[in-house]
Amino acid sequence: MAQFLFEADLHGLLKLDTPIPNAPPARWQRKAKESGPGPSPVGVSPMKPANRSHSSSKTPSKTPGKSGSKIQSTPSKAGGDRYIPNRSAMQMEMANFLLTKENDPAEESPTKKEQQKAWAVNLNGFDVEEAKILRLSGKPQNAPEGYQNNLKVLYSQKMTPGSSRKNSRYIPSMPDRILDAPEIRNDYYLNLIDWSSQNFLAVALDNSVYLWNHATGEIIQLLQMEYPDVYISSVSWIKEGNYLAVGTSSAEVQLWDIQQQKRLRNMTSHCARVGTLSWNSYILSSGARTGHIHHHDVRVAEHHVATLAGHTQEVCGLKWSLDGRYLASGGNDNLVNVWPCTQGGGGDFAPVQTFTQHQGAVKAVAWCPWQMNVLATGGGTSDRHIRIWNVCSGTCLSAVDTHSQVCSILWSTNYKEFISGHGFAQNQLVLWKYPTMTKVAELQGHTARILNLTMSPDGTTVASAAADETLRLWRCFEMDPIKKKEKEKANCAKSSIIHQSIR
Amino acid sequence: QLGREHQGITLRGSAELVAEFFSYGINSILYQRGIYPPETFTRVQKYGLTLLVTTDPELTNYLNNVTEQMKEWLYECIVQRLVVVISSIEGGEVLERWQFDIECDKTAKDDDGPRDKSQKAIQDEIRSVIRQITATVTFLPLLETACAFDLLIYTDKDLAVPEKWEESGPQFIANSEEVQLRSFTTTIHKVNTTVAYKKDSVP
Repeated sequence: MAQFLFEADLHGLLKLDTPIPNAPPARWQRKAKESGPGPSPVGVSPMKPANRSHSSSKTPSKTPGKSGSKIQSTPSKAGGDRYIPNRSAMQMEMANFLLTKENDPAEESPTKKEQQKAWAVNLNGFDVEEAKILRLSGKPQNAPEGYQNNLKVLYSQKMTPGSSRKNSRYIPSMPDRILDAPEIRNDYYLNLIDWSSQNFLAVALDNSVYLWNHATGEIIQLLQMEYPDVYISSVSWIKEGNYLAVGTSSAEVQLWDIQQQKRLRNMTSHCARVGTLSWNSYILSSGARTGHIHHHDVRVAEHHVATLAGHTQEVCGLKWSLDGRYLASGGNDNLVNVWPCTQGGGGDFAPVQTFTQHQGAVKAVAWCPWQMNVLATGGGTSDRHIRIWNVCSGTCLSAVDTHSQVCSILWSTNYKEFISGHGFAQNQLVLWKYPTMTKVAELQGHTARILNLTMSPDGTTVASAAADETLRLWRCFEMDPIKKKEKEKANCAKSSIIHQSIR
Repeated sequence: QLGREHQGITLRGSAELVAEFFSYGINSILYQRGIYPPETFTRVQKYGLTLLVTTDPELTNYLNNVTEQMKEWLYECIVQRLVVVISSIEGGEVLERWQFDIECDKTAKDDDGPRDKSQKAIQDEIRSVIRQITATVTFLPLLETACAFDLLIYTDKDLAVPEKWEESGPQFIANSEEVQLRSFTTTIHKVNTTVAYKKDSVP
């Protein structure tokens, strides 16, 4: 440490503008300290760091030279003395300028005057001669004592301690598997993963789509975009798991057959990238950057059967309800729209509900599987809330502040819970109990914000894709073996509505 | 209010719209930047959005005074700019500066016929600006210390300073980064919004 003292001293001596650390304080500074309320006595040697009780507790500075100059500098109560204890309401610079201005010569050549005027306008941003600035007098109201700026608190949120009640099941805190996802696009508005009912996880990495077989661990590259600079913006499996819909940055919606690994259709109707897709039996809905949602009937040649115009900015969340009656959409314009499946009287689609309460982009949209008409939505960085809605009455059933950007919400089919994926600062997944909205568990591990979540066909595992270029599989909804047998009995084969071949 | 939508914009109507926008805009800034505790804000519906306004009576009073005065000055077309200055309570350093430039069509007079611009179009424009203000929290640096805000109004030079108001300096930020947001216009008044913030010094 000694060499720093020496260095600091040397630098201080060579520079003529820094205050001399070893000199006694000037009279005016001494006076200020005496009358100021609270700062620690000057008796402390400049070399030792001081505890300033008045200001917010700062840790003592490690560089003695630095702390020396801190003590010598004016205390925070801007140069108050016993006549005027508090000068912060005064405009010292303005006063100084006005005082010294009077000494300037009155006679000036016209061009010089113009030049000065131009400078004044440039520096001040307005013409001082033409305008004046007014301020409502009286100090503006301050927040009550002891209020710490909430933003700092929420962005440095520490992990909440685990719930005192013991969880009735064991949720592993480590992921089951971690998969590599190189080149995954770190764009909040895209939907790059989806898990099929045939247990294939589709992942879009920049301009290619890979399929990962969960059962065997095999990886297949399904497709790659032909043109450079075109990337994939969304993927979505059809319910039966044999076709994959792919949305691209070149505004195309493609349909791929998995078995033959061939492209069946290339549907163009949008004029901007297609960030989100959702299936309702044979209808594929796509949301684009323009804010429009198109319905495509994939069985017929004229696929574009309807347009829903309810958003003025990019549509990032899109989900059909499980019974196919409503389509929920969330956009970058902070709106959530709920659309009916059939057109209204005028032949136009109009939303049955519009929710404006979110203060940020709504990408997380999910329907409750066990309660009809219940929708969960999550807001982006400016909002950070999860809201549960009843879409028939339009009421917000509950809202919870998650303190972090919400990218995705998934309801569990095995438990009465839902899981949400988050970004800065913890990049965690949170399991919530419904309807009490209490946290069941928090899953940490990702080192960058989570972008998407998707669930396995058996409902036990959740896959999360994050900006740290990994996919983590979390076995958080593992079923009790007894309950599992009951469930399996209840499941029966679902009939496929789509015919095997599509023209 | 239904009738109003079909009428055009008059000078007085425009002044009211802009003053109202400032009131909601300032409330949004105070909420989003965390100047006041979020629990002191309540939600209201305006411009087809859910906005947050303060419930603190002193603050509401203060803002009402400013809004009323702004309405008058906008009507007389003598106000050029409204600035929200956010400075840290300790040391008084200016950390953020929201500047609303007002361009006024001085040829508009009270007895002119109403101008042709629907209220809905103006509302849509205002909505975009307010949404942008909300979204700025994604890039503005965190306000680490407790902050206070100040409102400055730039008026014409020969205006008589009313009671309760005093002259002030511009309170610029020393080393600032500026971002221009959207503007909106009622055809009589045009409002441009910019936010300037202190450039993060390299630690």
